[in-house]
Amino acid sequence: MMLFNRLLSIIPLLLCSSLSQAASWDIDQLMHNLALTRSGHATFVEKKTLALLDQPVTSSGELLYAAPDHLEKRTIKPKVENMLVDGDNLDIERGKKTYHLQLSDYPELAAFIDSIRGTLAGDRKALERTYQLSLEGNAANWTLQLIPNNARMQQVISRIRIMGAGDEVRSIDIAQTDGDSSHMQIEKVATP
Amino acid sequence: MKFTASRTAITLWLIFILGCSAIITRSHFTADLSAFLPRSPTPAQQLLLEQIHDGLASRLILVGIKGADAPARARISKQMAQQLRQNSQFVSVNNGEPVTAEQDRAYWFNHRYLLSATVTPERFGVAGLHNAISDSIDLLASPAGLLVKSMLPHDPTGEMVELLTQFSNSRPPALRDGAWISHDGSRALLLIQTRASGADTDAQQLAMTQIEQAYQLAAGTKATTQLEMTGPGVFSVKSRNTIKAQVTLLSIISVGLIATLLLLVYRSPTALILGFMPVISGALAGIAAVSLGFGTVHGITLGFGTALIGEAVDYSIYLFVQSEQRQHELWIKRYWPTIRLGVLTSIAGFASLLFSGFPGLAQLGLYSIAGLITAAAVTRYVLPHLLPDNFHIHDVTAIGIKLSCLEQNAPKLRWLAAGMLLLALAIVAKNHDHIWDDKISSLSPVSQADIALDTQLRADSGAPDVRYLVVISETTQEAVLRSSEQVANVLQTQVERGELASFDSPSHYLPSTASQRTRQASLPTAEQLQENLTNAVLGLPIQANRLSPFLTDVASARTQPLLQLSDLRGTSMAMAVDALLIHHGSDWRALLPLTALPNTEINAAHIRAALHGLPNVILVDMTQESNQLYSSYLHEAILLSLGGLVAVIALLLIVFRSPARVLRILAPLAVAVITVTAGLTLLGHALTILHLIGLLLVVAIGSNYALFFDRNTNTPAIAPRTLASMFFANLTTVAGFGLLAFSDVSILQAMGMTVAPGVILALIYSAIFARTAHAEN
Repeated sequence: MMLFNRLLSIIPLLLCSSLSQAASWDIDQLMHNLALTRSGHATFVEKKTLALLDQPVTSSGELLYAAPDHLEKRTIKPKVENMLVDGDNLDIERGKKTYHLQLSDYPELAAFIDSIRGTLAGDRKALERTYQLSLEGNAANWTLQLIPNNARMQQVISRIRIMGAGDEVRSIDIAQTDGDSSHMQIEKVATP
Repeated sequence: MKFTASRTAITLWLIFILGCSAIITRSHFTADLSAFLPRSPTPAQQLLLEQIHDGLASRLILVGIKGADAPARARISKQMAQQLRQNSQFVSVNNGEPVTAEQDRAYWFNHRYLLSATVTPERFGVAGLHNAISDSIDLLASPAGLLVKSMLPHDPTGEMVELLTQFSNSRPPALRDGAWISHDGSRALLLIQTRASGADTDAQQLAMTQIEQAYQLAAGTKATTQLEMTGPGVFSVKSRNTIKAQVTLLSIISVGLIATLLLLVYRSPTALILGFMPVISGALAGIAAVSLGFGTVHGITLGFGTALIGEAVDYSIYLFVQSEQRQHELWIKRYWPTIRLGVLTSIAGFASLLFSGFPGLAQLGLYSIAGLITAAAVTRYVLPHLLPDNFHIHDVTAIGIKLSCLEQNAPKLRWLAAGMLLLALAIVAKNHDHIWDDKISSLSPVSQADIALDTQLRADSGAPDVRYLVVISETTQEAVLRSSEQVANVLQTQVERGELASFDSPSHYLPSTASQRTRQASLPTAEQLQENLTNAVLGLPIQANRLSPFLTDVASARTQPLLQLSDLRGTSMAMAVDALLIHHGSDWRALLPLTALPNTEINAAHIRAALHGLPNVILVDMTQESNQLYSSYLHEAILLSLGGLVAVIALLLIVFRSPARVLRILAPLAVAVITVTAGLTLLGHALTILHLIGLLLVVAIGSNYALFFDRNTNTPAIAPRTLASMFFANLTTVAGFGLLAFSDVSILQAMGMTVAPGVILALIYSAIFARTAHAEN
């Protein structure tokens, strides 16, 4: 199914590249396309591989995004948990408890969340505050790589790789400096 | 002999003036509401006073930086904070920079097994450990996992997360470019705590100056930014400055106005200068008396000084206008007894205020008594000696004769006057239940713009707006902390039930020794823990050997010395505990401030019911307490004023021995008071204590007129000169008080709006009713 989708998505690209100049496809173009999406709703499956644990932990749920800086991650499995990011505020609801955090108090977490938020918002400036960006592929199948540009972040994250098609983000891979990693698969929920 | 007497009088007067001036130069002036809040018997009111004087909220200064762009504002904020942190005047300077974050974290982490309420023997058994570790692993999968990952080998049961949950209720402002910003992003914010109490206006002023200087230094001379400050101390300083500036300005204008008026009448500069002698003497004596009697002088008392100029100048007008050329002996004989009685009447009226438990009111009482006695005595005993031999003023008989014509026609207005009285009575009767304003905020000299800025900055910074406090009193620190823990349990239930957003407690930061011991005793021995852990991780995706730091930490926590107050030093919680845990004489007190959910009010009855049965625990509503306090003093002031009225009646009865005559004297004054009250009510003004003082002043000043108009059938008609003197005295009084009505300071405005129309009415009614009484006789 996935493969079929990919194949389908290549067709317009082929048309595209034959009709216009392929050179116009760059980070700015991608950011511009991403910024056009003002809100989104998707499901996710996330798999974290941690040295501390004998086996990877998997979680799944929904993602909701509203431009420019509202992001909600509703985890349904293994435990119901709601994460809400609004500007600098991060609320995590687990069971009866709600944790309020200020992203600015936790720069590592902030950089991590901003990599997703910045990509969804198509905010190149915000991304480049923390990361060096590089783009591979084409409009229909792109890979955006983020490498931290400051020593503090480099101690935590070695690389973030975001893959997408058109204006949709399809997966996020994070490699941490200590060898731990996570892979999040995202699938858009069709909006009526 | 006469020469010696005059020299003695003048010398004594000069010594007196010098003495008063010396006292005044050493006087302290305040303008905060605390001067209006007396010592009171109930614990809640006592607490209210302490909080107003010295509480956490009273020492807070909120600072905003507006203008330019966010990076510039953040840079200024950081530079200011850096400079102010080196200044010992400030206990803390918070702008979002992580100055104490390391220490705070270390305190929580190193003492987590003593601080966390979840530490129980069950939690360290096999099942407890299994559940706690399983939860922690789930947390690893969540976005917050990044935060707990490095801690997990040390803290697999998640005590740190427990502690964070308990204390992350409040929401600090957002950060931009490393410094706090307001919700709308237009301001950089700083929260500054002064060492000096909020009631120490001089120290607060110094703190404000230092903040201002730090800002200037950081912003540079070409700054496009503006500094904003607010907070209780800032309010005190600002109102003191406003009152000072206004009193100065109004004094200058009113002196100028009165001087012009008198110059037109007297056409003699000498008379003008001499005429102000009693006024100046009276004002100096009043301030000196208050300073000696109360230690500090309130700004309102100073404002009153301006007003008194209008009344004290009357005495010299009477002397100059009423006495024939150089016949002061005759004036003393014919008119002085009437004026003396007028002064005595005023004193009788004001003396009752001395008994007020409300220092602001007692100050006004003392001020007016000292001021009036001095002004009258200087007029009587010093001024005649100062008059040069060739002293004369312009003859005002012509004006007096014109006034005489008016006066003779005045009785024709008595039906109109009676009609107005009935109307006024009807208005007062109709509105009798809301004539008085019993909210303390009605006395506040703070402007609406300042209140709006305060509300804005408070909302932006999440600074405590302490309204509800649970207060616990015990005899030892341990007892008060133990009780705080019990109360905290009750309040936590209320939070979960949605009655409260959150609360704070000193026991969050420093648990009682008993609780710490119990928690320590819950930790198993190293061997036992090792065994429990091995069994607990069965079925979990983690190996026990990865958690060896946990075993080491628990082992050391078992023998760790218990937490003391001193362990908090260097953390941001030290300040919180300092404000929430108070050692007062032989008493220990804990304060637990409550925070309401957004856009809702706390239901005090529900919280009180929940706390019912806990000994030595009370819930205090600061707003309600202060309003109640004010309202009780307003009622006291009304009673005292009535007492003053009784004293005036008694005095007049003793002097005249004729109830009918006393009634005739007081009737016009009573009518004036009722008409003014009705007028103010009609204009939508709820009356405050200052209006009441204004009404007392109407009686005090008006009694002079009434006494002059009063006469027996055998005395001749009122002299044109006397009429002229009353007319001029009235004009100057109206000029002095009328100006106050234009003041921005509500308390001064209240007095001006009451007295100016009141004295005009008192004069007119005296003319109207006196003649009627004469005709009847």
